[in-house]
Amino acid sequence: MTPKRKQKLFMFLGLVSLAAIAVGLTLYALRANINLFFSPIQIAAGDAPFERQIRAGGMVREGSVYRNPDSLDVEFTVTDYVEDVRVHYSGILPDLFREGQGVVVVGQLQQGGYIKADQVLARHDENYMPPEVADALEAAGYSPADFQQKAAKVAKRIEEGEAQEGASQY
Amino acid sequence: MWAFINKLRSPKWFYAISARLQPWFWAAALILIVTGTIWGLAFAPADYQQGNSFRIIYVHVPAAFLAQSIFVSMAITGLVFMVWKIKIADMAATVMAPLGAAMTFIALFSGAVWGVPTWGTWWMWDARLTSMLILLFLYLGVIALRGAFSSRDSASRAASVLAMVGVINIPIIKYSVDWWYTLHQPATFTITGRVGMPMEMWLPLLIMVLGFYSFFIALVLTRTRSEILRRESNKHWVRELAEEVN
Repeated sequence: MTPKRKQKLFMFLGLVSLAAIAVGLTLYALRANINLFFSPIQIAAGDAPFERQIRAGGMVREGSVYRNPDSLDVEFTVTDYVEDVRVHYSGILPDLFREGQGVVVVGQLQQGGYIKADQVLARHDENYMPPEVADALEAAGYSPADFQQKAAKVAKRIEEGEAQEGASQY
Repeated sequence: MWAFINKLRSPKWFYAISARLQPWFWAAALILIVTGTIWGLAFAPADYQQGNSFRIIYVHVPAAFLAQSIFVSMAITGLVFMVWKIKIADMAATVMAPLGAAMTFIALFSGAVWGVPTWGTWWMWDARLTSMLILLFLYLGVIALRGAFSSRDSASRAASVLAMVGVINIPIIKYSVDWWYTLHQPATFTITGRVGMPMEMWLPLLIMVLGFYSFFIALVLTRTRSEILRRESNKHWVRELAEEVN
């Protein structure tokens, strides 16, 4: 490799690294805004604004779904297995909606601490399986590990943030 | 090694070797894609939650893989062209861009079709979907840049730099589902580590992925050959070739 080519190679690699750092810092600064939804931990910590359109996501807690037999009204609890938030919705739910399923609800956080949802979207995890395998797994106590891990990370970050705020008071 | 790389610099040598390679890749692509399609659509079991709509994965995932791999290939060939001035690298990058754009569109479109029955919406501005849309715009930008200059050399340089800088988007696409909360689920199909589906669902997907990659290699070989003839049309060896055909 001639010195001139070497110089060019380093120039382009440098250019790409600088651009990567710029993009990385931007994404780091915007990290909270890039999240599609607030998790119940964040809502419980007061990160989500009241009475403004927000999205909240988590799993539908088992045994929490209450359907009004006379209307399309439905209530359920969205959980990240640390905190819960109650959701009120009136409308048709997606086919994949069920207890233990990941959902994203679009709606407004009310003063009573529940979400009045305009739209409920089903989230699905990265696992696919034939029905008979699913039945066998359910019998063995299958749980959505991915979501719990991520929720644990957010909980840790919020804890650390609070610890720092606490430290600055002294 | 160096001898091989030096040979690669010669369009004439590439033209000869690709003539021998391309039928194999076309045959592999045809066999793998036909096998994978029939297996995936007719014989793989349905998903326990999504039923038959999950079969979109057999197009969606291979297309999304190619969309990202082609952009990385374009960035590498762009670097090789800019540093070593190897023309064949630029010719390959030229023919890759439309295929990459097409694959990105297929991934976005099949994802939207899939989103309606599973999520309840065809589009959501989450990190994975948005970064994939940016990839489509980057491809269109690369294609537009090539057409925007009157001098081919300036066009190639501009397109190469955009490909190199744009490649930063690829890790963002890949890890968006791990870094942020998204509607899109994390990766099912991984080369290493845990696979989120049983063998009878995963094998046809693997076959489709391999088939799509064979198709990519075959198409790039064939189209690069045309690009060589187009760009080297006044060269001695191309004229001789044309006379032989006549």
